[in-house]
Formats: sequence, structure tokens, C-alpha cells
Amino acid sequence: MAEAALKQTPTDMMIASLQMPQGGWSEAARKDALSRVKTMGLPQRRDEYWKYTRPDTLVQVLAAPAALRASDETPLFDQIDRLKIVFVDGVFDAAASDDLTLEGITIERLADATSDLHWARDLYGVLETRGQTPVARPLAALNTAFAQDGILIHVTGKPSKPVNIIYRRGSETADAMLHHCIKIDAGAEMTLLENGPVAARYNGVLEVEIAEKAAFHHVRAQGRDHEQRAATHIFTRLGTESTFKSFTLTANGMMTRNDCVIELTGDDAAAHVAGACVGDGADFHHDDTVFITHDAVNCESRQVFKKVLRNGATGVFQGKILVKAGAQKTDGYQISQSLLLDEDSQFLAKPELEIYADDVACSHGSTSGAIYEDALFYLRSRGVPHGPATDLLTLAFLAEAVMEVEDEALREEITGRLGAWLERHAS
Amino acid sequence: MLSIKGLKVKLEDEDKQILKGVDLEIEAGKVHAIMGPNGSGKSTLSYVLSGKDGYVVTGGSASLEGVDLLDMEPEERAAAGLFLAFQYPVEIPGVGNMTFLRTAVNAQRKARGEDEMSAAEFLKVVRARAKDLQIDAEMLKRPVNVGFSGGEKKRNEILQMAMLEPKMCILDETDSGLDVDAMKLVADGVNALRSEGRSFLVITHYQRLLDHIKPDVVHIMADGRIIKTGGPELALEVENNGYADILAEVA
Repeated sequence: MAEAALKQTPTDMMIASLQMPQGGWSEAARKDALSRVKTMGLPQRRDEYWKYTRPDTLVQVLAAPAALRASDETPLFDQIDRLKIVFVDGVFDAAASDDLTLEGITIERLADATSDLHWARDLYGVLETRGQTPVARPLAALNTAFAQDGILIHVTGKPSKPVNIIYRRGSETADAMLHHCIKIDAGAEMTLLENGPVAARYNGVLEVEIAEKAAFHHVRAQGRDHEQRAATHIFTRLGTESTFKSFTLTANGMMTRNDCVIELTGDDAAAHVAGACVGDGADFHHDDTVFITHDAVNCESRQVFKKVLRNGATGVFQGKILVKAGAQKTDGYQISQSLLLDEDSQFLAKPELEIYADDVACSHGSTSGAIYEDALFYLRSRGVPHGPATDLLTLAFLAEAVMEVEDEALREEITGRLGAWLERHAS
Repeated sequence: MLSIKGLKVKLEDEDKQILKGVDLEIEAGKVHAIMGPNGSGKSTLSYVLSGKDGYVVTGGSASLEGVDLLDMEPEERAAAGLFLAFQYPVEIPGVGNMTFLRTAVNAQRKARGEDEMSAAEFLKVVRARAKDLQIDAEMLKRPVNVGFSGGEKKRNEILQMAMLEPKMCILDETDSGLDVDAMKLVADGVNALRSEGRSFLVITHYQRLLDHIKPDVVHIMADGRIIKTGGPELALEVENNGYADILAEVA
């Protein structure tokens, strides 16, 4: 027995430490996911897609404590009319949340949805499973198996305002796992906002099924607390003439890994995924990993990722475009750029293109560089001091990614948050 | 206003002396022009005065209204009243022209201990000044100098000058790349700013600009020194005979 215990892998230990919610429509999906986790094993350093990001803190049984400090950041999206859903340490907070009713949309909690005929049965874990090939994403399967709660949204019309999931932290050691599912019917559309630090450690999955001529807009802001760690996955599948647009702002956070897995399965669909990240300090590590599969004709995909790194911060970008045979007229664009404000910071980028169709336009570019000295001098010669001039150029660098947010009011919120961050982190 | 005495400057990266003892006194309200062959050090002089990196001052001094310029940061020189209209204005993608202008105006006001200009007041002033220079609202909205034509870039320089109201304006080959009409427009912009308390140093290759911006004094610069100083007629002499005669005469 003692010998067997010694041979326990990190995966076994993690599974043993977690409790699977029992019963209901999701039980079969959870059990399937558990067997996938056992087969794949949790991420290890030697895994190809974890080469630049150490998975250790994400796979150890106990989350490393993250201190709770009063944040001086003004809350995001306060000026936006929205439906608020609040989670504290990953636990739904009914008192702080709005009534979950909105025309054109039904909202439920995963923990409450028990009916066996629930629509989410056809989505929960389904896109996650599809996203496991050709690259394994075991943390997502672990989430499907053990997620304690989440939000299930069925969009049938065009709701008058965005749904905003707000995360707050209440304890220094909370380890949260949430799984959200969104199903958007043909011709329907919604905007999802997410902001705030979820927990000391967070494992999050968002599955989004977008039917024909439907649209999903997503604006997310991770951050506020620096010590937290997070691994998130977005899995989405797009139908004919549908649209998916997701933007993530990351400021602070010790370890953040964001995976985005997109499948274009209907003709004439468009998927845009973008990120702006500002990192300060040697314990800041941010990883964007994107996998886009073109499996239909005349689809467009666009990846725009910008990172500003300083004082030893690390940024990672792994972006792949796979164009399957027959996915003609594909238009794929990918850009990942970093602005390194000192010699201690680093940016690691791995762009990949794999194309099996012959009538395709795919472009990708990746750069890292310092502040453009001529522009800095130009600003200073007009009287703008070194610090504010650097901030202005930093915001300008990030602007291409922020411009991916279509809604002007939301874009201004993001720009304001970035500006405030730069002011607080004045060099 | 501007007093330069025996200014010697070399490049930081290589052992190359560019300015070999420049003496120049510009009184308040006067317009001085510097002409000279390529490589004589005209642009270097403008960069050194405004504080660009890459140059080492090996001797001499430069002061604005008695205050030593060479020890100041570029932004401090700007706040003290120095302005350089760039020969090649820099494109700054992502920074709107309006944001840029307003940030600059308010940074200088702050540095001088003055109140910032309100958004409404700023808008009013910038619109009026832009109109004089035929700069439309679209150009004000666009990122700084991005996609601007040569003429638009130079007009944008003059707009910045008009907004910042400097005491000492240096124009580095502002006429380069301009057609006749654009040059007239830019010159009109400069002339509108001429006043008793404001001086100009106009660096140019051609006499043509000086038909529009009439100088009080013309200097000829060659090999890092000012070799001849005279009135507006000196510019005409250069236009007609080139630099050869003057260089021969001095040598």
C-alpha cells in the first residue's frame, strides 16, 4: 500500500482532492471528462504547449495563498447598463447579483439546473471534448468534471443589455472552478462582460455555441489582484454567417494562462480574438494560447495580441491557424507583439500555420521591441515629460488590440483602466 | 533671446566633430536664417539645442533668455519656450493628434505652474488655429502625422507651434518637400506668429522660403561654423552664385 501511495501522480492527487457534484443531467459528461483527465494527465513541463509556462502552480493540490489587499482600481463597467451576476471566491452571491431575468435570454446557474432534459446537456463538455484534439487541454477536462457552479445562458433574441459576470475575492486560499455555457440561437446575439479576480486560483471554462447569423461579443478584464493565478479556456463553434468577438485585458495576476479554441464550421463566419496585457515584475507571467480551426468556406479569423512587459515580466503567445482541406477562401490574420520596457523582460512567441486548402490568405507576424526613441523625443520636444510620454506611447502600442472592442463605451472603460494602471505603475 | 557661444559638438557613437565653434546671438523679435551646404551642421545645431540624444557637447554654451539650455531635459527646454519644427516630423500610430496637442499644451502649462486649459477652451483655440492653416477636423482626429502628406506634416508642425506659443522657434528645413502653395501656407502661419517677444531661427537650403519669411539676419554655415553673416541680400547671393564664392572668400 505504501508503495502504491508513493507512485501517486499529481493527476491522481488532484482528482482525489476534488469532489464531483452528483446526479442530474451533467453527471454523464462529468464522468466522461474525468476519464479524459485520467488518460491525458494534468499538464507537465515537457508537454509541447507548456514549454514556456510552468504548470506547477496550476496542478498542485492546494492553491498557493494570494494576499487580499484593498485595490485602488475603480470598478470596471460601472457606467454600463448591464445585468450583474456576482461570484465571490467562485461562489454565487445572490444578494449582490441582479434578478437573472432579461428579455430574449434565459439565465440559470449550473448548480441549479437539474432537469434531465436541459438544453445544456448538448453543450456542457461537448465543445471542450472537441477542443482536446489535436492538442490536449487537461485542465479544461478537469473543470468539466469538477466545476462547482457556473452560468448557463440560452440566447433566443437580442437582449437590451450585456450580462456582466463580476468576480470578487473573499479569502486568501480559495480555489475556484466555474464552467459557463452559452447557446446562441440563429439570428440572436449577446454581449458578455467578465471582470475581477476570481479566487486565489481559478480554473475557468466558457463554452459558446453560435448558430447561424448569431453573434457573440465578449469583453473580459482579468486582474486587480496581483497574487492570483488563473487558467481559463474558451471553446467556441461558429455556424454559418455567425460572429465571435472576444477581447481580454490582463493587468496584474501572477500566472495567467488563457486558451481560446475556435472552430469555424459554417461558411462565411468571422472569429476575432484579441488581448492587451500589461505586466510589471518578475513574478508576472501571462500566456495566450489560441487554436483556430477553419473547417468551412470563406471564413475570417483574426488574432491581435499586444503585451507590455517590464521589470522582468514574461509574456507568451502560442497561436495556431489550422485550415482544413476544403476550407477555401479562408482569410486568417494573426499578429502578436510585445513592448519590452527593459532588458529583463521577455516575450516568447510561437505562431503556427497549418494549411491544407489551396485558395487561402493567411498572414502572421510577431515582433518585440523597445519604445520608439524618435517618437519619445518628438513628444518630449513638445514638453511632455519622459514618464507621461512613455505612457502615451505604451497606450498607443496597445491601441490596436483595444480597437478590437467594437463598442465605444466598453472600449473607453478598457482604455481608462489601462491608463490608470500606467499611472499607478509610473516608472 | 538665444545666445550660442563657441558651441562644439561631436557624435556620441563615433569620433566625429560636427560643430566646431558656433557663435550666434538672436535678439527678441528677430528672424535669423541659416543657410549652408549639406553636412555643414545645420540640423545638428537644431537637434543639440532641443536636446536630442546622440550628441556630446565638447565646448561652448547655449542659453535661452540667460538660462543654460544644455543642462535641461528636452521637455524642460520646451517649457522654457524653445520649439523645433522638425525636418522629418515623426509618425506616432495610436496617438490622436488632438490628444497629442492637448497633452503637450497642458504639460508645458503645468511645468510653468499655470492652470491646464479646459477641454472646451482648448477645442475652441485649436479649431481657430487649425482653420488658419487649412487643417481640417479629420486631420486633427487622425494619429499624429500618420498618413499625412509632406505638406500636411509641415502644417501640423506649425499648428503645434501656434498652440504652444514658444518664445524661440527653430524651423529645420520646413520648406523641404513642399510645393509652392504649401510653402506659402506654412510661411503665412509663421508670419502670423511673428511678434516682438518671439524669435525665429529658419534653417533652409533655398532662398525661396525667405521670400515669404523675411529674415533680419542671414548666416552661412559651413563645416561646423558660421562663416559669414549679413542681411537678406546674402541669401540672394547664395541663390544666384551658390556657396562656392563665399567658401572661397572665407578660405
